[in-house]
Amino acid sequence: MNFNFESPELKETRQGFADALVDAGKENDNIVVLGGDVSGSVKTNLFRDAYPDRFISVGVAEQDMMGTAAGLALAGKIPVASAYGEFATGRPFDQIRQSIAYSEMNVKICASHCGITVGPDGATHQSFEDVAIMRVLPNMNVITPCDYNQTYRAVRLAIDTVGPFYIRFYREKSPNFTDMNAPFEFGKADILAEGSDVTLVASGLIVWEALVASEKLKKEGISARVLNMHTIKPIDKEALVKCAKETGLIITCEDHQWQCGLFGAVAEVLALHQPTKMDYIAIDDTFGESGIIASQLMSKFNIDSEAIYRKVKKHLKK
Amino acid sequence: MNPDTLNDLKKTAFKVREHIIRMSTDGGCFIGASLSCADLIVFLYKEFLNVNKDNLNDPNRDYLFLSKGHDVPALYGTFAEIGFIEKDRLKNHLKTNDFIYWHPNRNIPGIEFHSGSLGHSLGVAIGVAMDCKMKKQTNKIVVILGDGELDEGSIWEAALVAGAKKLDNLIAVVDRNHFQANIATEKLIPLNPIADKFEAFGWKVRSCNGHDFEDMGKAFSDFPIEAGKPSVVIAETRRGKGLPSIEARADRWFVNFTGEEVEMLMKELHGEEEAKLTSETIVAR
Repeated sequence: MNFNFESPELKETRQGFADALVDAGKENDNIVVLGGDVSGSVKTNLFRDAYPDRFISVGVAEQDMMGTAAGLALAGKIPVASAYGEFATGRPFDQIRQSIAYSEMNVKICASHCGITVGPDGATHQSFEDVAIMRVLPNMNVITPCDYNQTYRAVRLAIDTVGPFYIRFYREKSPNFTDMNAPFEFGKADILAEGSDVTLVASGLIVWEALVASEKLKKEGISARVLNMHTIKPIDKEALVKCAKETGLIITCEDHQWQCGLFGAVAEVLALHQPTKMDYIAIDDTFGESGIIASQLMSKFNIDSEAIYRKVKKHLKK
Repeated sequence: MNPDTLNDLKKTAFKVREHIIRMSTDGGCFIGASLSCADLIVFLYKEFLNVNKDNLNDPNRDYLFLSKGHDVPALYGTFAEIGFIEKDRLKNHLKTNDFIYWHPNRNIPGIEFHSGSLGHSLGVAIGVAMDCKMKKQTNKIVVILGDGELDEGSIWEAALVAGAKKLDNLIAVVDRNHFQANIATEKLIPLNPIADKFEAFGWKVRSCNGHDFEDMGKAFSDFPIEAGKPSVVIAETRRGKGLPSIEARADRWFVNFTGEEVEMLMKELHGEEEAKLTSETIVAR
């Protein structure tokens, strides 16, 4: 096991984003960070405090933020534009489509507060559609890191790789279980747990839930492989085809609408290259709900480890 | 203005109008807006902007963004006249394997950025203007906006940001031809007073006659108008300028004329007989 399953520290993924920016900013003075009016929430205030001349706040103006990021990239900067999931993607979608993706601008769109765990904010802030609308854009790269360490590494990787990127992370603390020294390659999925009966293809926060489910299933004699699909675009076709051939049943696990997110991306690959029985753990074509205890929401929306466990048991009655 | 300069500008603008008329058939173009800003674009490239075919990649060049993409035939025509592209290339208008179509594409030398969806380029220009400020460069960043385009909320987001960030290297130019698609602007969502709106957002405003080169010469000098503030020049123009048979008409937004009509319009442009147009009005395309 190349990760810490026993006693991982709880850390915010958004902190991984912020720490990566501060470290990258030290090495490369071409990096500029754009914020709306949420620099405290997405933690870009750390970059602002370290490099005030390279931090640009445009106020609550996400459309302008994306256009201005494109202009900065056109002039040669590496702009990082950050907001909450929906407001970093849905609100300025047309700007991202025309001025960043189509124009191939080297802009890094980094969205915090994604998914269901921003419970007190309720449905308007719970972005379950962001991966769908980003990955559909030609030229856009999409990474959904699973913990603090991987968010840090994804941000550093995106900054060092030319092209538009969308990186999705969270507000809440979550287990920081991956090893900073383990392989982390753009577009290459990582097998976190071996298994032969089913592959749980997971992304983001739900990777941990898949690991917990896999452990529980192991005790009942079910061998569930866990594949961390941190890069949703370009997706690792080779790993998917290999897993499908080796375990048959594929269950995707994400905190996003089941349509057009991870399930969609995986289904597209397998439908073409290795038709396989599939199922999903995801938000089931519904909007979110409020609630201050994230684990309760994850349970209610059937995206936690117990839901994964049940789903696997439904398919593999041993 | 030096008489030779004035004469040269008039001659170039005339040729640009010929190019625009030729692009109004075989698929057509947005002729009204193209003709309204033809003089402006010729003036900006020949007399105002520090940009030429040899410095198109120089970070110190002046930038022009055409935000309201529909008037791009005026840009193609100007580029053909000042040597950014070959004149022959204009024959590729709307052909499959070139980038000369109804909206600006940055694969054409001189076009700084893709446009098409309205209300985007002011924000992009702000990014470039910020970078120039950070690098302590003195180049000018110009954005041509349509008056109808001012309906877009993103324009006002950007206008607010430009004012707040004191981007005095930024110059917006409003092609105030008083029409959007198929209706006069003031009959739909009234825009007046435009100057007061920009002033209220922290900009300094000048106005000029967008068909009078001497007047443009006066308006486009001594920037910024006020240190620490972005500038906007409201250029009063006429939709379809140069062709009396289509000038200032709500129904001549997009046109796709016949070859015969193009010949008639050429004669009209040359001051011969007025064109008798029979093409149906196209209100949607």
